[in-house]
Amino acid sequence: MSFIQIEHLSKTYKGKDDSVHALNDINLTIEKGEIYGIIGLSGAGKSTLVRCINLLERPCEGKILIDGKNMPELSEKELREERRKIAMIFQQFNLLMQRNVLDNVCFPMEIAGIKRKEARLRAKEYLKTVEIAEKAKAYPVQLSGGQKQRVAIARALASNPEIILCDEATSALDPQTTGRILKLLKQINEDYGITVVIITHEMRVIEEICGRVAVLDKGNLVEEGPVSEVFKNPKSKAAKRLLLTKELSEEGEENGLN
Amino acid sequence: MGLTDIAKMLADGTKDTLIMVLLSTLFGYIGGLPLGVLLSVTDENGLKPMPALYMVLDIIINITRSIPFLILLILIQPFTKAIVGKSYGTVATVVPLTVAAIPFIARMVESSVKEVDKGVVEAALSLGAKKFTVITKVLLAEARTSLLVGVTIAVGTILGYSAMAGIVGGGGLGDIAIRYGYYRYETEIMIVTVVVLVLLMQLLQWVGTLISKKLDRRRG
Repeated sequence: MSFIQIEHLSKTYKGKDDSVHALNDINLTIEKGEIYGIIGLSGAGKSTLVRCINLLERPCEGKILIDGKNMPELSEKELREERRKIAMIFQQFNLLMQRNVLDNVCFPMEIAGIKRKEARLRAKEYLKTVEIAEKAKAYPVQLSGGQKQRVAIARALASNPEIILCDEATSALDPQTTGRILKLLKQINEDYGITVVIITHEMRVIEEICGRVAVLDKGNLVEEGPVSEVFKNPKSKAAKRLLLTKELSEEGEENGLN
Repeated sequence: MGLTDIAKMLADGTKDTLIMVLLSTLFGYIGGLPLGVLLSVTDENGLKPMPALYMVLDIIINITRSIPFLILLILIQPFTKAIVGKSYGTVATVVPLTVAAIPFIARMVESSVKEVDKGVVEAALSLGAKKFTVITKVLLAEARTSLLVGVTIAVGTILGYSAMAGIVGGGGLGDIAIRYGYYRYETEIMIVTVVVLVLLMQLLQWVGTLISKKLDRRRG
């Protein structure tokens, strides 16, 4: 059995007059220790999908099996425990603005009931891992986007997770910073064996660190497989379109540079 | 009445006013803070949406807030008497002041808590935090600057209300202003009393702003 197994997952948002099918019958499997990418244009449902994995969104139908446990069936208490194994980083970083960097990293350990002294020691280690130890006493407002995301990654590590979900984690960053953050994620994946699930609309992110990729289009999973295959020989319209956008933007960048 | 008598009267009045205002603010927050949190949590976009409960609380708060303070003061006199034994004087005025303050404070707390970025709440939930932990360590902690601004506004409003209580013998500076300035046409005493009230308000605003600025980490 795969580490993360999503079966027949559907999510519909019911409005007053109409309902929106955010996800239709999604099936996919993610293996332990891999970096898995989920790509799609905005509105494709990829954010909803990743938020179903830790049940920030409750699916309407289907199973989400993590290490054999079906997430929607868990009790509140079991769900909280399971969530501690699934860290998440966000596009907008979502740090506590009134706490300094060190205390932000301590937060998950506070939740887990780890003693303050030990938590602080561990937090300092995580800050070293993400190479931002010198900012321990700074407040989020004093940091750049890339630095904030490093702190968020340190916070994710602090819950000692088996999975890290990245919800457009590099979309608010410039290309150079994006590259550095991706490298850091790759290094964490290798050093700690943490499974990484990346949601993005940028082909480049998938290309740089993902092993396998799923393409979402209007709530449907239209293509899935190893990154090299999907990129070399895209079958779905959505994948072709994404590749085209990438080429165009690269051309644009080259023209801009020269 | 000599100058010393007037000075003593004003000093006593100031002391009474401060006691009334601070006690009412304290009791107002004991009731209003949990109520405000409950409102923000049970709201449809809250941590635990409970539309029916929210609607009931919402209506009760709107009703109590729309009753003019002076009417409320008289309306709940039997209640006040039952609690403190009499319906006039400094201590008795704390009761209607608290009753008026609770819904008003609850609304301010509600709006402060709702300002907290939903993403941060999600981050905490994704880390496996209990709802109660989210309330104390995320919602209230992140909203603290706004909550403190609210305290300043609450104290100021209660100070204004407390002066009104003078009409029914409520004690404090408002009482003096009404008794001497209004009933006895001693305009000077009234003016001095009002000046003292203005100074109190200024001081309060100044301290409040200072503390909330000092505690705000969102400015670099």
